[in-house]
Amino acid sequence: MLYKLSVRNIRKSIKDYAVYFFTLVVGVAIFYVFNAIDSQAAMLNVSERTEEIIELMTNMLSSVSVLVSIILGGLIIFASRFLIKRRNKEFGIYLTLGMGKRRISMILFCETLLIGMLSLVVGLLVGIGISQFMSAFVANMFEADMTKYEFVFSYDACKRTLLYFGIMYGVVMIFNVVSISHCKLIDLLQAEKRTEKIRLKNPWFCVLVFFAAAGLLGRAYYMVTAGFSEMQDANYIYVPIVMGIVGTFLVFWSLSGLMLRIFMSMKRVYYKGLNSFILRQISSQVNTTVGSMSVICLMLFVTIGVLCACFSIKNSMQMELDELAPVDIDIVKRLNFDDTDKEVSKKEIEISNLSISEFYDAAGLSLDEKLSETVSVHIYREEGFTMGKSLGDSLESIQNQYLFIQYETPEDIMGLSEYNKAAELLHNPTFTLAEDEYLIVADFQSMAAIRNSVLEKGETVEIFGKTLKPKYTACQDGFVEIGGNHMNTGIFVVPDAVIKEDAVEIEHLLGNYAVDTKEERQKIENEIINATGNVNTEDSLYPALNTRLTISEASAGLGAIVTFIGLYLGVVFLISSAAILALKQLSESADNIERYQVLRQLGADESMIRKALFGQIGIFFAAPLFIAVIHSVFGIRFSMIILEILGTVGMPKSIAATAVILLGIYGGYFLMTYWCSKNVIRVRE
Amino acid sequence: MENILKIEHVEKYYGNKSSLTKALDNLSFEVEEGEFVAIMGASGSGKTTLLNCISTIDRVTSGHIYVAGTDITKLKGNALNQFRREQLGFIFQDFNLLDTLNVYENIALALTIQNVPAHTIEGRVRDVAKELGVGDVLNKYPYQMSGGQKQRVACARAIITEPKLVLADEPTGALDSKSAKMLLERFYYLNGKLDATILMVTHDSFTASYASRVIFIKDGKIFHELIKGADTRKEFFGKIIDVVTLLGGDVSDAL
Repeated sequence: MLYKLSVRNIRKSIKDYAVYFFTLVVGVAIFYVFNAIDSQAAMLNVSERTEEIIELMTNMLSSVSVLVSIILGGLIIFASRFLIKRRNKEFGIYLTLGMGKRRISMILFCETLLIGMLSLVVGLLVGIGISQFMSAFVANMFEADMTKYEFVFSYDACKRTLLYFGIMYGVVMIFNVVSISHCKLIDLLQAEKRTEKIRLKNPWFCVLVFFAAAGLLGRAYYMVTAGFSEMQDANYIYVPIVMGIVGTFLVFWSLSGLMLRIFMSMKRVYYKGLNSFILRQISSQVNTTVGSMSVICLMLFVTIGVLCACFSIKNSMQMELDELAPVDIDIVKRLNFDDTDKEVSKKEIEISNLSISEFYDAAGLSLDEKLSETVSVHIYREEGFTMGKSLGDSLESIQNQYLFIQYETPEDIMGLSEYNKAAELLHNPTFTLAEDEYLIVADFQSMAAIRNSVLEKGETVEIFGKTLKPKYTACQDGFVEIGGNHMNTGIFVVPDAVIKEDAVEIEHLLGNYAVDTKEERQKIENEIINATGNVNTEDSLYPALNTRLTISEASAGLGAIVTFIGLYLGVVFLISSAAILALKQLSESADNIERYQVLRQLGADESMIRKALFGQIGIFFAAPLFIAVIHSVFGIRFSMIILEILGTVGMPKSIAATAVILLGIYGGYFLMTYWCSKNVIRVRE
Repeated sequence: MENILKIEHVEKYYGNKSSLTKALDNLSFEVEEGEFVAIMGASGSGKTTLLNCISTIDRVTSGHIYVAGTDITKLKGNALNQFRREQLGFIFQDFNLLDTLNVYENIALALTIQNVPAHTIEGRVRDVAKELGVGDVLNKYPYQMSGGQKQRVACARAIITEPKLVLADEPTGALDSKSAKMLLERFYYLNGKLDATILMVTHDSFTASYASRVIFIKDGKIFHELIKGADTRKEFFGKIIDVVTLLGGDVSDAL
């Protein structure tokens, strides 16, 4: 009997449940797909390093899954409580018929169980289906070849999905039972008889609040963009966040009061067609939904931010690889080691006196055979010529502002001709210098900015006993060490005559492998790695290797991790906020059936009514998105500052990709809500 | 006088072949311009079905209904909506005002749906509201008003478009006797001074006594017809009571 009642109830309220059910299915499917990525990756033919990255990603995705399940759990609790509230009268009738609260709880329990199981089964099936297509995507992300294709079912992901969603549904059931046992019969029966009180807020107060909110947001925007450098401490980041949250809420609060007033004063617009009806409908809802609108707006903002940041990290990593690692290999080795304080073996000291090619000759590998177009350059350091020194008089003020820089590190110095040789190979600009000039090359922007503030003053520096004046008022673009991102904090390039040979500290040997195919390259690389022997440990006197292959694998891997996590979180946030809006609007439409009936009796055309419905739902979907987009404009700028080291090339592409995902999912929910609402208010003959 | 409403052999059946209910059974009558007609009958006599058919909310099984010369049984879709908003005014037992709109906007809505230029709306709304004695509550919302006031607002909304025919379905059904009397006096005034043609469905004899003609329906057919003529309202009320007694056998059945 209980079961029958549950099934009937679900069927009857299918219009309300459809969006809820759809969201559950999507949630389950996404959960499965992202947890099953490792099994897709297992099909790929990838190197050991990439496998390690994939393992790292799997671990990260499963920890993110906990966060995702909390978000989805919150959504499910919200949605199911919301749907129960709509059925208060039904429960009231059960109670008057003498059914106990325990029985009603059992009905709800059955319903949640049914919906839960059904959504799990359908969601898992959908998820397994989607994850077959994911293989190609995964392969593309890791820049790997798909060796074979086969149907993959991840037992682990399936188990985890069942576990997490099982817990979520369990919590929902408890919530439902508790909320029913606290109800009073009279409240249940009279739930629908609420008299709608219309409170118009004081317009002047609204204007005041609006400007206050705008000011708050403006200040927060300023703090995260133009005023970013004034931010002393990472903890201060909470200030603009809190200001943003409060500001968002106040904007919605004041706009809900103001919009109606403004339109009411525009008589021509207000008294045209169903406009007065639409605006009244909206304002009557906004009054009660300011809170959830703000939450949805902020969630959308987070979604946009996460997606944009992740895509741009991924994009710039790919795009900058050619720029930042234009050669196959960069061998780095300490020279001339004389630090007797450190406990190093005699052998290592000996090694430090060898040049790179001598080292490999000794190891039985002729670099000349293996590499083409090699360039060997040297970096010199002068004791006492530290970062702090090079900043000169500005040191104190800079030190106050940037606490995290190591001012004691000695500066890197290079001779002009050697630098130009390396620059030619690396496709960087070359320079000329007069006898008493120097220049700085740097590509790490925030570091370059600090140096620029000093260079602008044109102060001279003393290097190896010679006084040099800056040729340029700003750092020049360039680097010597290849890598995955811009990380050259500054190299002083000086005329060759200035250099003191015995101050040499580091040798870079840049070169390309003298072969064409990928396999042969990998082979040479392995030979060099083997010949290097002692693996790169910190401060090692053995050579360290930066190779294009490792850099590209690492950046592809990191790009993939970032993209998957971003997509995972972004999509979950998006469906959660869209589902909340959709449910609210659908139930609103159900409440409005009678109002639309009155419009029909007054002779409004169906097209007029459809337009009214479209406008009403459209504004509810558009308003939070609009504010969220404004937030994002500044949020993205902020993330560009933060993520500078990772590069922000290809931002338009990331924004476009974000927009596609956003419009696809959010727009899809909007259309679904509109169509369902249209059905709800349709004339019943 | 022109016929505003002409009903010809209208039939409306519910159900299927095995259990057929004839809600309207070959019904014919006419309403002339400026008339105030009440239709009386017991519950289930078919009076609400008749009103629904005239108001195009429901469709007849056979027969024709002409409003100002147009056969509305042949109208469809948007033509029907246009007919409804331009030729008819509605007053319902439970007012059917939009609770999110204030009085002024509720009345104006009937005009804005017709896309009447915005600048002419204000004057018309104020005039009509004054006629119906709701001129001083224009800024109130439905939940702040009494039933009588709400019904007069609904009445203002119904007549502001100057419809050919005002249809009222149990307009006094949800009102106390004082409000009902006040509303009916307004109806009487609208009918007399403004020449509004009103067709009212009621089962209350007192309400019906304000009409100039009363049509009694029983089992979907016309049972009797009374014309007020030169009678006073009281005399007319007595006649109606007599017919109701005859009609239902028992007054309580009819009420």
